[in-house]
Amino acid sequence: MYTIVTNEKISDNVGKAIVEAPYIAKHRKAGQFVIVIVDEVGERIPLTIADADSATGTITLYYQIVGTSTHKLSLKKKGEELFNVAGPLGHPTDIQCYGTCVCVGGGIGIAAVYPIAVAMKDAGNYLISIIGARNKNLLILENELKAKSDEMIVTTDDGSHGVKGFVTDELKTILDGGKVDIVVAVGPVPMMKAVSDMTKQYGVKTLVSLNSIMVDGTGMCGGCRVTVDGKKQFTCVDGPEFDAHLVDFDELMKRLNTYKEQEKESFEKHKCKLEQYYGR
Amino acid sequence: MADKIPRQKMPQQDAKNRIRNFNEVPLGYDEKTAMVEAARCLQCKRPACVDGCPVNVNIPGFIKALKEGRPLEAFFTIKQTNSLPAVCGRVCPQEDQCEKLCVLAKKGDAVAIGNLERYVADYEREKEHFVAQKSDSHTNKKVAIIGSGPAGLTAAGDLARIGYDVTIFEALHKAGGVLVYGIPEFRLPKDIVQYEIDALKAAGVTIGLSRVIGTAETVNDLLSTGFDAVFVATGAGLPLFLDIPGENLQGVYSANEYLTRSNLMKAYKFPEYDTPIVKGQKVAVFGGGNVAMDSARTALRLGSKEVYIVYRRSRTEMPARVEEVERAEEEGVIFTLLTNPVQFIGDEKGRVKAVECLKMELGEPDASGRRSPIPVKGSEFTIAIDVAIIAIGNGPNPLIPKTTPGMNITKRGNIIADPETMKTSKIGVFAGGDIVTGAATVIQAMGAGRKAAKAIDEYLSTGAW
Repeated sequence: MYTIVTNEKISDNVGKAIVEAPYIAKHRKAGQFVIVIVDEVGERIPLTIADADSATGTITLYYQIVGTSTHKLSLKKKGEELFNVAGPLGHPTDIQCYGTCVCVGGGIGIAAVYPIAVAMKDAGNYLISIIGARNKNLLILENELKAKSDEMIVTTDDGSHGVKGFVTDELKTILDGGKVDIVVAVGPVPMMKAVSDMTKQYGVKTLVSLNSIMVDGTGMCGGCRVTVDGKKQFTCVDGPEFDAHLVDFDELMKRLNTYKEQEKESFEKHKCKLEQYYGR
Repeated sequence: MADKIPRQKMPQQDAKNRIRNFNEVPLGYDEKTAMVEAARCLQCKRPACVDGCPVNVNIPGFIKALKEGRPLEAFFTIKQTNSLPAVCGRVCPQEDQCEKLCVLAKKGDAVAIGNLERYVADYEREKEHFVAQKSDSHTNKKVAIIGSGPAGLTAAGDLARIGYDVTIFEALHKAGGVLVYGIPEFRLPKDIVQYEIDALKAAGVTIGLSRVIGTAETVNDLLSTGFDAVFVATGAGLPLFLDIPGENLQGVYSANEYLTRSNLMKAYKFPEYDTPIVKGQKVAVFGGGNVAMDSARTALRLGSKEVYIVYRRSRTEMPARVEEVERAEEEGVIFTLLTNPVQFIGDEKGRVKAVECLKMELGEPDASGRRSPIPVKGSEFTIAIDVAIIAIGNGPNPLIPKTTPGMNITKRGNIIADPETMKTSKIGVFAGGDIVTGAATVIQAMGAGRKAAKAIDEYLSTGAW
C-alpha cells in the first residue's frame, strides 16, 4: 500500500512524489486533495493531488519542505511506503466552459492549480496561466502547464526567470486587455488575497483553494473553519474552493500561524535525530 | 441478607498522580471484590435492570455465572447481546440505565452492574484470550457498513455471526470511531478497543481504512458494486460552535479537534509524535457534557495549570455523568457555572487571551425540560485564558446525506431512519447512531447497530423492504 514510485527534490525546497494509491487515482477529480501520514508517529497533512494515472494507479504530489512532516516525506525512497494516504477529499472544482479562464499559481500552489488548469482547458476554456515564485528554483510544472495553456506567463520576484515582478502585475495587464470570465488562484494566502482584491475591482468571478489547518479532513474536527461571507465554512467538506471575494483572508493567515512555535520545536528535534542517525 | 453488603467501590488512581499521566483512572475489581459484589444481586425473577439496557444484556444471568465461579460463561452471556462489554463496562451511563432500575436502588445502592461487566470482559481479555471464530454459516450476501464506531462495530459483529460478508469503510487511519478519536485513554484504553477490532477481523469482517464514502464512491456506488445492503453509521459530524466573536482566534478549539489531536494523533506525546496541540496554561472548556469533562481532564494532563468548565446552567442540569463530574472536580477542574461566554478576546498576533462572560440565572424549563438560563444584566466579567475548547455538541457529517439521493434527512441534516428497523427512505440503506439521533451515548449507538443488523438480516433473507 502507498508505495513510493519516485520521490525527487525538484528544487531547493520542493519535492515531487509519485505514490501508488490506485483507489485515489481512479476516483480523484481536479481540485481534490489527500491526507498523508508519512510514518506511524506522523501528523495528517493535506496535499493537493497534482496529477493521477488511473492506468498505473499512481498519484503525483508536490510538497514544500517546510517542517518535520514534509522533510520526512522528502527522505522516503523509491520502494518505501507511506503510512497512510486518505482520499480523494474535498469538493472537486466546478469545471465548466466559462470562456476565458485565468489560472494563477504561486509557489507550491502551482501544483494545486495545475490539475484545475488542465480540466478547464479540456472543458473548452481559453486558458491563460500565470505562475510565479520568489525565484527560478521554486517554480514547478512550468513545461507541463505551458503545454496546456493558450497563453503562459512566468514571473519571479527576483527576475531570475520570466518576468521580474508579481503574478498580480501580470494579471492586471490581462484584465485590462480583454474579457476574463473566471480566475482560479492558488498559492500563499497573501497572494490569493492580492489576486482577490484585484479581480473584485474588475468584477471577475474568482475561486481560491484554501490550505487551512486540518486534522481529519472529513468533516469531523472543525479545525479547518474559515469565514466566508461572514459565515463559518469548513474547508474539508465545504471547500477547499471558495468564492475568493467572500473569504476572510486575514483571519486565515492568523490561524495558519497557530503552531509556529511547536513546528519549530518539532523540526529541531527531528533534525537532531537525523544527525544522530546519519552523523554530522 | 444480600442488601446488607455495601456496594463495592472500585479502586482508582489518586487524583494528584493521575493528572500527570494518561493511564486509566478506575483500576477495576480484583476477583474477591467482584465475587462480593456479584453476591449482592438478588436474581430477580422479573429483572427490571435488563429493560434499562439498550441492548438488553441478560444481567442476572451473567452475574449468576460469575458468582458461581464461571467467569467465561458470564462473558459469553453478555456477548450474546453486547459485542463490546469491555467498552460498555467503562463508558455506559449505568446509573441512568440498568442500575437505575435495580431493585436494590430503591432502598440503597444498586448492584454495580457496570463494574461487574468490566470485570468479566477484562477477565476474558487478560486471562482467557478467547479467539473469535468465523461463523459456520454463510449467506453469500454482502453488507457495507460506513463508519467503525460503536454502531458500525456492533452491526458488523452481529452480521458476521449470522454469516454475512461484511466490509466496514472507515474514513480515518484507525478503526474505532469515537472510541479512538474521542474518548481519552484515561477513560477507555485504546488497547481494549483494538482487541475488539481484532476480534471482529478474526470473525471475518473486512475493515477498509482511510476509505471516505461520499467524496469519491457514494452509497449508490456501493449498492451497484455488489453490496446488498448498506448501514450508514458515520456518527457525529461537524462540531457546533458558540457563534460569538473571536471564535476563530488561535487557541480556540472544538472539543472534536482537541480530543482528536490528543487521542488519535497522540499530541500528548509531542514532539515524539508529530501532531502539535496548544498546551495552554489557562484553559476554559465550554459545555457540561461528558465531552466537556474529557476535554478538561485532558487539558490537566497536558500540563495546564488552571482548567475551567464554563456552563450556562447549574450543576443539576449538567448532562455529564455524575461520576465524570466528580472525577473532574477531584482533579482540580474549576466549575464556573451559570456562566455564558459572550466573546473571545485576542492579542495582537490573533491568539486568544481572554473570554468575556455573563452570569446567568435559571428561568422556566425549556423544550429539553431543563431550566433555561437567562443573562443577568451588567454581570460581565472576563477570564484570562490561552486555550478555549468548545464542547457543545455536533451536527451531522454532511458527506453521506449530500451524496445519497432518495435518502430523507431532517432540517438539520440528520438521516431519518425508522427507530425499530433503522431503515431509511432508500431501499437497502439503513442508518443508526449519532448520524440519526445527534450526539448520544456509545450504548445507544450500539443499540441502533444491533437493531440494524437484525433488520438487515430480515431484509436480505426475505427480500421484503
